[in-house]
Amino acid sequence: MLYREAGQFKASYKADQQIFPIRQDRIAIGLILAFFYLVVPFIADQYWLQAIIIPVLIFSLAAIGLNILTGYAGQLSLGSAAFMAVGAFGAYNFMLRVPGMPILAAFVLGGLCAAAVGILFGLPSLRIKGFYLAVATLAAQFFIVWALTKFGWFSNNSSSGVITAQKVEILGYTFASPRSKYLITLVVVTLLALAAKNMARSTVGRAWMAVRDMDVAAEVIGIRLMRTKLMAFAMSSFYCGVAGALYAYTYLGTVEPEGFNLDLSFRILFMIIIGGVGTVLGSFLGAAFIVLLPIGLDNLLPVLFGNVLPTGITSNLQLIVFGGLIIFFLIVEPHGLARLWQIGKEKLRLWPFPH
Amino acid sequence: MKLTKTALIGLGIAGALGASPVLAADQYVGMPSYRVGPYAAGGSGIFGGMIDYFQMINARDGGVNGVKLTWEECETEYNNARGVECYERMKKNGPTGNTVFHPLSTGITYSVIDRATADRIPVISVGYGRTDASDGRVFPYIFPLITNYWSQNTVKIKFIGMKEGGMDKLKGKKIVNLYHDSAYGKETIPVLDVQAKMYGFTVTHLAVAHPGNEQQSQWLQIRQIKPDWVILRGWGVMNPTALKTAAKVGFPRNKVLGVWWSGAEEDVIPAGSAATGYIAAGFNVSGTNYPVMKDIQKYVVAKGKSNMEDKSRVGSAYYNRGVVHGILTVEAIRNAQEKFGKGKSITGEQMRWGIENLDLDDKKIKALGATGFLPPLHVSCSNHEGSGLVKFQRWDGKQWKVITDWIQSDQKIVRPMVEESAAKYAKEKGLKLRDCSKEG
Repeated sequence: MLYREAGQFKASYKADQQIFPIRQDRIAIGLILAFFYLVVPFIADQYWLQAIIIPVLIFSLAAIGLNILTGYAGQLSLGSAAFMAVGAFGAYNFMLRVPGMPILAAFVLGGLCAAAVGILFGLPSLRIKGFYLAVATLAAQFFIVWALTKFGWFSNNSSSGVITAQKVEILGYTFASPRSKYLITLVVVTLLALAAKNMARSTVGRAWMAVRDMDVAAEVIGIRLMRTKLMAFAMSSFYCGVAGALYAYTYLGTVEPEGFNLDLSFRILFMIIIGGVGTVLGSFLGAAFIVLLPIGLDNLLPVLFGNVLPTGITSNLQLIVFGGLIIFFLIVEPHGLARLWQIGKEKLRLWPFPH
Repeated sequence: MKLTKTALIGLGIAGALGASPVLAADQYVGMPSYRVGPYAAGGSGIFGGMIDYFQMINARDGGVNGVKLTWEECETEYNNARGVECYERMKKNGPTGNTVFHPLSTGITYSVIDRATADRIPVISVGYGRTDASDGRVFPYIFPLITNYWSQNTVKIKFIGMKEGGMDKLKGKKIVNLYHDSAYGKETIPVLDVQAKMYGFTVTHLAVAHPGNEQQSQWLQIRQIKPDWVILRGWGVMNPTALKTAAKVGFPRNKVLGVWWSGAEEDVIPAGSAATGYIAAGFNVSGTNYPVMKDIQKYVVAKGKSNMEDKSRVGSAYYNRGVVHGILTVEAIRNAQEKFGKGKSITGEQMRWGIENLDLDDKKIKALGATGFLPPLHVSCSNHEGSGLVKFQRWDGKQWKVITDWIQSDQKIVRPMVEESAAKYAKEKGLKLRDCSKEG
């Protein structure tokens, strides 16, 4: 009833092509943004900001990055965590070695480092596809973590290879409190998510999707494969790189190369599979699902079974329930949580007369 | 509301009966445990030991000066992000917030250093974590107690010197450092290089990629080098694999020297007979033949209250390491109570004082029933390590046998390196050093 487009006429191409064509969507997005910008900083306590919302936002950004590559351009990658590491170490080194480096510029430069490395490891995609490409990106995962540990220069010769993020300071204001860290993360994530949404609708995004659906056909209609694929790798790695820089600067503070291991790459991959491959919304839903569900279970299960079962078993039970839920969601909706929303949206638009 | 009411009624009844106040104070310790995943053996053993020690203190002494210890577990899966979530979740719990945080993972330790310092919650990392945090002037809230990796390493070279018949005999010897290719594994490379130059032995660093279940090429290389000793700096599955591969290439296991994360029952039993004769360092020992362990058996295990699902692990290296964690925590709480009020719950900041002024001499350790179980410890404002003593144990095929007394580390090498590294950190972060002469 509320969600009906009747009366919303599009009189110009501009109106037809806008990012959210339905008025209710625009209002909803506006309300959500207002909620996160104006309400959350005041109602959320330190725990929620630092342990829940900031990581969800950062992982959403990384998931958008992987979604660009896997969801839109159809190139499977298992190196997302490594590209995050490049971004984190890149930003750290720019801050360390360039005096007076503005932090946001360091984030961008860290992202660009990741993009460069991404292009390098994207080269095999010109020749190989599918699972074989996944194995090639796996090499990126291991090589980058190895290189960051092996060469002391990257970590300013710290004996253990660990870096400690410098202060986050913009125009003399230090972002030290959880609230300010949350806001800076939110600004970066919103801007990049909006950019991704737009990119997906533009020439670049359409070219990606054409390559994903059938690369020979795409080539025949005049899309340059090399440029498109490498562009996808660069963009995806840029997003992951910025996410990595945020991970170091606004979330953990101190990071080690080992933290960006294959396990994290898989988690990001699961985020887009659960959330929805090829959607920006899915990246957020998937990240929230993968980050929040284990924490929720860890809170819930000991309350339910704490007196009956030993802690070792409740810990294992969490993993079992978590795995079971993933399988359940994949069976019920193989296209991810974002697809559920899409179906719901279709139904709402037709309601109450579905036929 | 209801609870308060009940408590008030309870207090009223107690007062009416003329009994002593029943509202006992609590001391809360949040535990970021990991009982699943590849490192579950360590997590369940160490946290199990710590919980059993707390239970024993509550049952035998009624807590610390009447303050009952309470705890809560939070599963981290050995994952940094989950560890941070646990830290944030538990920091405000209990009457005075989390008293002390034992990350039990080098990665999580790194991730909470800034947070814990800002929240004034001390972090104890016994035998792991950030080595240069031993400089308490830069890291007021971080305590890598007993021994850090660098100290341990100097002790290992000392032990090799003892076996070879004197430190001067090290000249011309060949040592291979087989390390887990991670932040943890790399940590001792600089100190080994310094020592190699000092004593005139050659050291070759060989990396093993995580998780380390394939080491054929490294051990073939070792066979070519023909070293006098191999230092095994492993973790998890890398340890039994190293021992098995050493046996396969015919390298004598009694010349393999493990660090303490390579020295638990779980590291040698999977290697079977290949592990016999292998020597590992430790800041605690295995076995139950200590009064403190007897008390745990009596008050906790025999009553069926032990946290361990597998009771045979009581007395294993990991379990006993957990008991050491428990002893350090309880004694620091006791110490803080002496200063800030007996029988009261102490805050994180007071706990920090308690740890920083912890002085466990032989007499106190004897009173705890732990002579030989853990080394004497004297923490101070500048020295957050406090001891630097290490023992060695040999695996005889069935159990760990202690083969040395506590061996002192070489602080002449370690301390300047710690201070240099800490000063670099302080400079990067723009921190001001604490003046230890002004600390009370």
